[in-house]
Amino acid sequence: MDILETLETLWEGSGFKSLFTGDGWKNLIMILVSCVLLYLGIKKKFEPLLLVGIAFGCLLVNLSYFVGGDTADALYHVDLWDNFLDPEHADYHSYGAIMAHGGLLDILYIGVKAGVYPSLIFMGVGAMTDFGPLIANPKSLLLGAAAQMGVFLAFFGAICLGFTGNEAASIGIIGGADGPTAIFLTTKLAPHLLGAIAIAAYSYMALIPMIQPPIMRLLTTEKERQVKMEQARTVSKTEKIIFPVIVAMFVILLLPSTAPLIGCLMLGNLWRECGVTERLSDTVQNALMNIVTVFLGISVGATTAANRFLSPETLKIIVLGLTAFCFSTVGGLLVGKIMYKLSGGKINPLIGSAGVSAVPMAARVSQMEGQKANPKNFLLMHAMGPNVAGVIGSAIAAGFLLAVFK
Amino acid sequence: MFDKLTLAAEEATEVATEAATKGEKLSIPDAAVTAVFGYAVVFFGLVILMIVLYCTGAYFKSRDAKAKAADEAAKKAAPAAPSAPAPAIEQKLAPGSAGHVKLFDVPDKEAAMIMAIVADKMQTPLNELHFISIKEVK
Repeated sequence: MDILETLETLWEGSGFKSLFTGDGWKNLIMILVSCVLLYLGIKKKFEPLLLVGIAFGCLLVNLSYFVGGDTADALYHVDLWDNFLDPEHADYHSYGAIMAHGGLLDILYIGVKAGVYPSLIFMGVGAMTDFGPLIANPKSLLLGAAAQMGVFLAFFGAICLGFTGNEAASIGIIGGADGPTAIFLTTKLAPHLLGAIAIAAYSYMALIPMIQPPIMRLLTTEKERQVKMEQARTVSKTEKIIFPVIVAMFVILLLPSTAPLIGCLMLGNLWRECGVTERLSDTVQNALMNIVTVFLGISVGATTAANRFLSPETLKIIVLGLTAFCFSTVGGLLVGKIMYKLSGGKINPLIGSAGVSAVPMAARVSQMEGQKANPKNFLLMHAMGPNVAGVIGSAIAAGFLLAVFK
Repeated sequence: MFDKLTLAAEEATEVATEAATKGEKLSIPDAAVTAVFGYAVVFFGLVILMIVLYCTGAYFKSRDAKAKAADEAAKKAAPAAPSAPAPAIEQKLAPGSAGHVKLFDVPDKEAAMIMAIVADKMQTPLNELHFISIKEVK
């Protein structure tokens, strides 16, 4: 055995060589980005359940996939997925090619691409959500609708900044403040932007306690924030059981493209409420949710290959995402103020900001701001109504964008 | 007026769909119409859902009110026993109540666990204890 030749072969195949040749510096930057994301997830606790997985997926892909280098051992192959999406390529829409030539993360990513993971996450969210506050106060749905304003403003802004319709729709949905919905829509419309959009969506969701309060204080008066709301009526078990069936029938008939998300959300909720499927409800809320979160996080992180992520578009997405979040909050608050006026001061407009669907973080922020203005104020349950309405609202917004741009 | 708006929205949707399929960029006016139309669709969907929820809520509220009225009527119709003291609160037995033990708001599994803990703490065999009722203190 020629030791020198073997060493040279090892060096040629090594990632260290790739890091310092050609575009390897981009991978180096992405490795640093992944370390920052890990820090934010672990130390700052920014949506750690997903962000740690996304950050590690980002690290893995940028350690193993180098443009122009040997990609045989890469965990995720950008080129394979480009072929998958190219109508003129032999591997167009061929999962077989991915299974045959892909790495571990390519295979896990099939679940994202097929829309399986986001839908299963929605099933878990449905099983964990009590829609009682929304059923008791159906007006909350107006706040959930109003808080989708950021989605469409960011969509418009993205078009103005030169993105295509598909890309703008995917960027806009960040304003829905719903990670699975954003991932679901982006994989269908603009998969090349998935990494940036998912990271922006989850980072801003984690930053809601910092983003929303200044806007809430700016748009409401002290008197409005002090409003103590009356206790909502008690919702019967039968109503809670009928609710998911009605919502599924109505929303899916209105926008069939929402079927995977709304269908799974409502099935999960029916399992929770019907009282005869406790085992399934428990599994979906815990075991299944955790398993899917593992796969979703790591495979979304894998889409942040350096040659795709490091572009001016990523910066634009981050700015547009923040804009979307802010305007969604504004939309909810404005309709909250209208409801305050129309109800003769019985509705606290702060619950409007909970219309962005980040459950239950946005509702908690409403509660905290309400208590700052009036320590005897308990807005949490009132804010949960718009909060869960926002989940349905963002799914409808995604369904509309999917129907228009698919 | 409404027809014109619907047509404009349909045209905008067609333009948007065509642009997306071709990978072209949308014009700013088309994007504005698509955004406004999309926001309107979200409102439309959730307003209709709100109406449906109000209808079902009204039905259940009226049903509950009827049941309550029937209960009260039945109570009034029943002969009053002046000498017997009325129970402070009438509570419905929880499912799983069996034998002499009356369970209020306590599932049978939790009741079994409570009885086992009491027997263990008292160092007395379970079959020597007589539980009359178990009630959750709220």
